This record gives sequence, C-alpha cells and structure tokens, in this order.
Amino acid sequence: MDLTFRENRRNKIHPWKFALWASCASILMMFAALTSAYVVRKAAGNWLEFPLPNIFIISAVVMVASSVVLHFSYVNFKKGNEAMYKMLLIIGALLGFSFLILQYQGWLALTDMGVFLDGNPAGSFIYAISGLHAAHVLGGIGVLGMALLHAFGLKYKVTEKRKIRFELTLTYWHFVDVLWIYLLVFLLMQ
Amino acid sequence: MATKVTTAPGKISEIDRLIEEHGYDDHFHDHHDEDKYKSNFLSTYVFSMDHKIIARQFLITGIFWAIIGAGMSIIFRLQLGFPLESMAWLKPLLGKWIEINPDTGFGTLAPQFYYALVTMHGTIIVFFVLTAGLSGTFSNLLIPLQVGARDMASPLLNMLSYWFFFLASVVMFLSLFLSTGPFAGGWVAYPPLSALPQASDGSGAGMTMWVMSLVFFVVSVLLGGINYVTTVLNLRTKGMTLWRMPLTIWAFFVTAILGILSFPVLFSGFLLLTMDRELGTSFFLSEIYVGGQALENVGGSPILYQHLFWFLGHPEVYIIILPAMGLVSEVLSVHCRKPIFGYKAMVYSILAIGFLSFLVWAHHMFMAGVNPFISNFFVIFTLIIAVPSAVKVFNWITTIYKGNIRFNSASLFSVGFVSLFISGGLTGIFLGNSAIDIQMHDTYFVVAHFHIVMGIAAFFGMFAGVYHWFPKMFGRFMNETIGKLHFWGTIIGAYAIFWPMHYLGMAGVPRRYYSRESFETFRHFSETSEFITIAAIITFFFQILFVVNFFYSIWKGKKQTKRNPYGATTLEWTTPIIAGHGNWPGKIPTVQRWAYDYGKGGREFISQIEPLAPGEQDEGGH
Repeated sequence: MDLTFRENRRNKIHPWKFALWASCASILMMFAALTSAYVVRKAAGNWLEFPLPNIFIISAVVMVASSVVLHFSYVNFKKGNEAMYKMLLIIGALLGFSFLILQYQGWLALTDMGVFLDGNPAGSFIYAISGLHAAHVLGGIGVLGMALLHAFGLKYKVTEKRKIRFELTLTYWHFVDVLWIYLLVFLLMQ
Repeated sequence: MATKVTTAPGKISEIDRLIEEHGYDDHFHDHHDEDKYKSNFLSTYVFSMDHKIIARQFLITGIFWAIIGAGMSIIFRLQLGFPLESMAWLKPLLGKWIEINPDTGFGTLAPQFYYALVTMHGTIIVFFVLTAGLSGTFSNLLIPLQVGARDMASPLLNMLSYWFFFLASVVMFLSLFLSTGPFAGGWVAYPPLSALPQASDGSGAGMTMWVMSLVFFVVSVLLGGINYVTTVLNLRTKGMTLWRMPLTIWAFFVTAILGILSFPVLFSGFLLLTMDRELGTSFFLSEIYVGGQALENVGGSPILYQHLFWFLGHPEVYIIILPAMGLVSEVLSVHCRKPIFGYKAMVYSILAIGFLSFLVWAHHMFMAGVNPFISNFFVIFTLIIAVPSAVKVFNWITTIYKGNIRFNSASLFSVGFVSLFISGGLTGIFLGNSAIDIQMHDTYFVVAHFHIVMGIAAFFGMFAGVYHWFPKMFGRFMNETIGKLHFWGTIIGAYAIFWPMHYLGMAGVPRRYYSRESFETFRHFSETSEFITIAAIITFFFQILFVVNFFYSIWKGKKQTKRNPYGATTLEWTTPIIAGHGNWPGKIPTVQRWAYDYGKGGREFISQIEPLAPGEQDEGGH
C-alpha cells in the first residue's frame, strides 16, 4: 500500500502521519461539539451544580505520565536500547490501562454523589464526554497492544517503517492525552 | 473494463513522448503491485482498492439510490397533486400503506407513510446520492488522475469508505421494509420525534436503523475525506503546485475538509440522541406529556439538537454543491475552449464559501426560538456568502462569453447548472433575512429554493460530470442525442416543478402537509399542485432515459479511440484509454503549466505536461 507514494511524496511529512492529524482534527470537532453543547445547555438554566470528582484529575496525571513514558520508550527504541524500550512500552501501556480504570472510578464517585447518567443533563454530559473520550483511549490501547506485539513478536530492528508506526502510535496517544486535559480544564472551569 | 494497457503499436504518441522525456520513474511497476490488486474477480471488481473502480462503485450505488429517492417523490407528489383520486392501483406496490375503504374501494396513502416517504426522500438524496454519489464518485475518480498520483494515500481506507457507505445503504434499505415503516420524522430528525420511540410508528425501529445507517455513513465520509485531503496535499506529482491544480481538485479538497470538520459534530448529536433514546438521558427532551402522562425526562433542549444538526447541515449543503461547481468549471472551460475566467478568484471563492459555511447554520433556525439578536449575526454572514457565489457565477458566464462552445450534453448541463444556481441563489437572499423568514419559513418557497439551488443544480453538476468523464470511466461515450433530450427534458421539467412552488410559498402554503384540502385559503392552488405533479412525473421519465443511456453505453456505447477526445489539458487524459492500476503504465508525468491553457499562442490547447516554451509565461503563476 505504501508503494503508491514511495517516491511520490511532496512534503517532509509522511502521508499517514498527515492523515492521522486530519483524523485528530475530526475527533477534536466531535468534542468541540459536545463542549459547545454543554455551554449552550448550561446557559439555558435548570442546571445541577456539583463538584467534579478529584479522581478525574488523578487520571489526567496518570495519562500524562503514560505519555511521557511512551515518549522515552520511543527515544530508547531509536537509540537501540532494546531492554529499556520494551520495559517502558509495557509501563506506558499499563498506565494507559489504569487511566481507564480511574475513569470508571470517577463514574462511581459521581454515582456516589447522586449524579447519574439519566437525570439532569449536567451529569449526563460528564458521562457522555468522558465515555466518548474513554472509547478513544481504548482505541489507543488497542494500537499499543499492536506495538507490544511488534516489540515482543518481531526481532528488534530499527527500520523506517517501524519508526513511522511507532510515531503514529505515539502521536495518537499524545493527542488523546492532550484531549483529556482540555476536557478536564473545560469541566473544571464550568 | 479490461485493465490491459493500450498503446498504439509501432509509433509513439506525443503524450507518451512527453511523459517519457519529462516524467519521472517511481519504479512503481517494478514491485508487482498489480498482483495484489487484481488477483481474482472479487479483488478486481468488488473489494477493489483501485480508486477508479471505487469511483464507479460509488456512482452506480448513487444511481440506484437516486431512482429510489426520486421514485418516492413521485408517490408523495401524487398525493399532493391528486388528493381526491383513488390510489388503490398502488396497492400491489405499497401494500398496507395504501388503505382501501372496503365499501367504496377507494384507496388513500396512509398519512404516516407520506411522512416516511418525504423523510426517506430527503435522507437518501442529500446523503446517499448528492454526497456519496457525487463527491464520492468524482473525488475518487479525479483526484489521483488529475494530481498525478498512482492511487489514493491509503487505498485500503478508500475501499473501506465505500463499504461503509454500502453498509449504511443496506441498513437504510432494510428499514424501508419494517412493519412499522421507516423513520418518518423528517430528514433532519428533530427530537422529540426522533428521541421518543413511542412518538410515531417510524420513531421506534425505523429511527434506530436510520441513526445506525447514518453513523456508518459518517464513518464513510470521514475515511474518504481524510484520504482525499492527504492525497491532494501529499501525493501531487512533480510540478503540480497548488496554483496549477484544476478547479475540480480545489473543490474536492475544500469539500473533504468541510466533511472532516462537520460530520463529527453530527456524530456527537447522534451520540446524545441515542443516549436519550436508549439510556434515559434528557439532552434533547424537556418535560413532555405523552397521553396525559408526564415523562421522566427533565431539562433537555430540542433546540440544542438543531444547533448540532445544522452545524453539519449547512456545510453539508456546500459539501453537495462545491464538487458540482468544480466539475462545471472544468467542463465549461474544456468545452468553451477558453481558460476559466478568474482562476484565482474561483479558488478564493471556493475557500471563502467553505469558511463561511461554518458561520451560518442558525439561519435554518430563525423561527425556532433563537434570540433575534443572535439571528442578526447569522443574517449578515449568510448574505456575505452571496459575494463569493456571485463571483463564481460571473466567472462562469464570462468563461462562456465569446467561447467556442461545443453544445454537447456535458456543456449543456453545465450551463443549466449556472442557470439553476442563479435562480435558486437569488431566493436564498430572501430566505437569509430573518425578517422575511417570518413569512417564508416552512413554506413551499423554502422547498423551491433548496431544491433548485442545491438539489437540481447539484444533479446537473453530476450529470455534466458523468457525460464528460464517462469515457474515462468506461472507455466509451454516452449517446449524445439521448443526452441532449435528457437535458432539455430535465431543465424544462425542473423549472416547471419548482418555479410554481415559489408562488405557493409566498402565499403561505406550508410544506410537509399531507393534505391541504381542508384549508379554504389554499384551495385555489390545487390546479398548480396538479401541474407540479404532472411535471414531476414527466421529468422522472426523462431520468429513465439517462439511466438506460448510462447502462447501455457501458457495454454498447461508441468506443473512445483517442486518448484525449476533448482536447483537454489535464492529466487524466494522458493515461491509456483504459488505465490499469497505477494509472500510468510507465513513468508518472510531471506538470509544467497550469490547467487552463486553451487558445494560447494560436494553439487550441496545451496539455499540462508540455514544458513552457522559452520565454513563455505560466498563467498559473506563483
């Protein structure tokens, strides 16, 4: 498939990477729609006020940590530091997975406060936004699973193709990370 | 549709010489790619990753849906034009949707089915025909061919884009056969009709399948759009600068960007809608009483859905019309044998229309309880869109002016497009004013406006494209005589259908009404209504001419013998008549000049692959 642009590339950016950025823009619009809807709906009144559970902040820290760890995994991959690369990849993926568990804990904290999925839209929005985000993180974990398969299933070799794959994984992961920070700051500011 | 490479034996053509001398070798054919693409029938014609096959798949699926969508409009037009005639004769076709009075044998169209018909007509034509069938077809066919790429950036995602559309089609098609009928709450699917399964017959299973189908459709548009944008930006051949791209490519490019940015918003709206339907949330449902019982929902806002829907809905209008504009610009230039007038102004107006399309969505909601102060903002931006639109119209007319016009089906449909775009655009200026909208909203004036400006006009762009690029798709020409007959029947028919609707609308005749018989005020329009229905039926039969011509010509049409039959400048005419996978059998041509060198230096046309003569200026410039 990559043969179609072997020597036909115009820009320095790899077409797949560009396509990924375009997809990120698309995902961003989805969340922009939800947060705008949140603002518009809130302005209309009849809105339940409640504090956002702190677990969502902890999960953000975990998410950032996983991003940093995965970045260093990539650095070690390029340097030829095989053991470190593999170890950091596992840690990063585990941190990513624990993000999902923490988000679920956040939902439990919400229900403890009496904020349920149905009821006032103020609560429903939190579930919808964090749920849709979690679905995207889950997709990212799937991709990380592929990266783990490559790391442990294939013979270690730094090739252009594997570098691109790793970069794509990393770009997406950083994106869902930054996305959650945006959503968190948005929700905290409300 | 064989994929073998055809070159004239013995002597080398001028095109081949230019490609050989100036093209560059990307070693594409050294890699035995082709095996992967056409190892058997399934991978060649069905699950093909070749953009040319995918384009034809989009087109033929689009034609299928167009017949169904237009057929539905004939049925509901019969109801509107002849409400007092028996429809018993449709019983074999529509079954229980025709209710027969056992005493008199008089058959009437079930009212809920009337709503299902208008809903499906809108959904099918807007999404499946004019989005997938139009931009899906021509973006796929022309982007790689006109920018000089072997294929799309990701042929796999491109194939998935079609198959998600196919899946969406299957789900929507099956919903037509539900015992409770398909969704019937209007193509905009406003809550509460769409959010409460008990709201109407079609709001249950029908709506579930409607939303499922459209989610698949959103995925299809996104996969396609991301591919188109990436291909245009990353895979242009050497020398193909942005300012040398044909206007078709500019139009597809901006269309794809609009799709990428607006369809996810619709998806968010559907997500919240589905949560309201299935999980008991109240995003769009306020305190509602059904049969005297209050529902448990609290605090939702149906207007919120309208915002999310129209944030897609308005760019969607341009997703439909921009590709048609691109096709028409190209066809007019080729068949008037003149460079397109004001190329850069055309590009800037495409960009301006694309940008402004995101700032006008609430003009669909002037009467929905939006703050009048906010309406002013949307009125202003709506009216500003008239400026780039007028620039384009001026440039098309100036391109035709003193042109050496070939009156073939493609150019006739292009001229027809310009005519319709002017007629429909002018009424848009009326409707864009929130004050006039108090009288006009939800009347036949609106129906007339959008059908002319984006329905029929986009169809005309599509017809122009099909007639013009048919040889590129099938190596044969469509029949010109039938094509011209099709054109005259369609343009006269289209105006006969929609022109009278303006008068109905100005008199306040509301759209969406199943029957207007009980309103004394509207009774004197019954003859006009009959006239519209008869015109619609006749126009529909002219479309059958097109369908017959299309399928007949695939196998029996006049064969294309020259590689560049129209004397066009763009790259798609430098491939072999039947291009194989990878489009060019050897090197990829490089681009030496802009796409509109017609009538330059005493020559009728100069291909984009021909180098500039010493001292010659490239009109595209930088």
